[in-house]
Amino acid sequence: MKLNEIKDILKCDVLTENQDISHVEVDTVMASDGMSEILAFHHPGALMITGLTNIQSVRTADVADVKAIIYIRGKLPNEKTVALALQKGIHVMATKLGMFDTCGILREHGMKGAM
Amino acid sequence: MRHPEGTRHERRNVAMAEELFRKVFTVYGGNFDRAGESSTEIKDRLKDLNIDANLVRRAVVIAFEAEMNVVMYANIGTINFIITDEEICLEISDEGPGIPDIEQAMQEGFSTASDEMREIGFGFGMGLPNIKKNSDFLKIESDVGKGTRVLSRIRINPDD
Repeated sequence: MKLNEIKDILKCDVLTENQDISHVEVDTVMASDGMSEILAFHHPGALMITGLTNIQSVRTADVADVKAIIYIRGKLPNEKTVALALQKGIHVMATKLGMFDTCGILREHGMKGAM
Repeated sequence: MRHPEGTRHERRNVAMAEELFRKVFTVYGGNFDRAGESSTEIKDRLKDLNIDANLVRRAVVIAFEAEMNVVMYANIGTINFIITDEEICLEISDEGPGIPDIEQAMQEGFSTASDEMREIGFGFGMGLPNIKKNSDFLKIESDVGKGTRVLSRIRINPDD
């Protein structure tokens, strides 16, 4: 699924604005607030969904070769965290939806889980 | 962990292998802003050496989990990172509280983490199991009240 479509259906704000997401595709989702869970079930090129907005969320995404992060529940990372994501080439978006709705909507659209 | 006991390969003198890179990183306990920087550099060095992407991922998961453990629990620690043409070696030593029961600590879900640690996304009892899962050889030694030493190795050419 294209990241652009995901942005629209989840009503996301794109936080890494300078990156072009029009050609970015993901087919697998990892969703957790536990970073070790993301690392345990990593799937290269996946989409990571989390409510954890600190800098370790981006470091975890980098270690797990995640392509994009969606922060949920309206939480926003600080500038330093977004800057690290830009440096690592990781796309970052934010939605006001909670974990359940975010995952449910993505599943309805054919996305599968990595865990 | 694919080989829980040291095999002939793992017991072989490392001096026989050609060393490609070596660096010691210092990790400071409680410094959450910089936690993970050493692991990021380890990833960059492994990629520079054109190590297989899956091996890089395994090594960096080990380094990152171990680095976070030092930041969360210890006062200070080091990551001794060595790449040879045969293996990736990560030795993490810390000055910290130590692990009273290593077998129990290796169980998925077992955790002694505080709420503060969980709020930063760690301490859910997956760290040491993740290190074990990604290691070909793993040895953990701990002295309660003094510190812990984790030695992890990944073979670069598993068929050798």
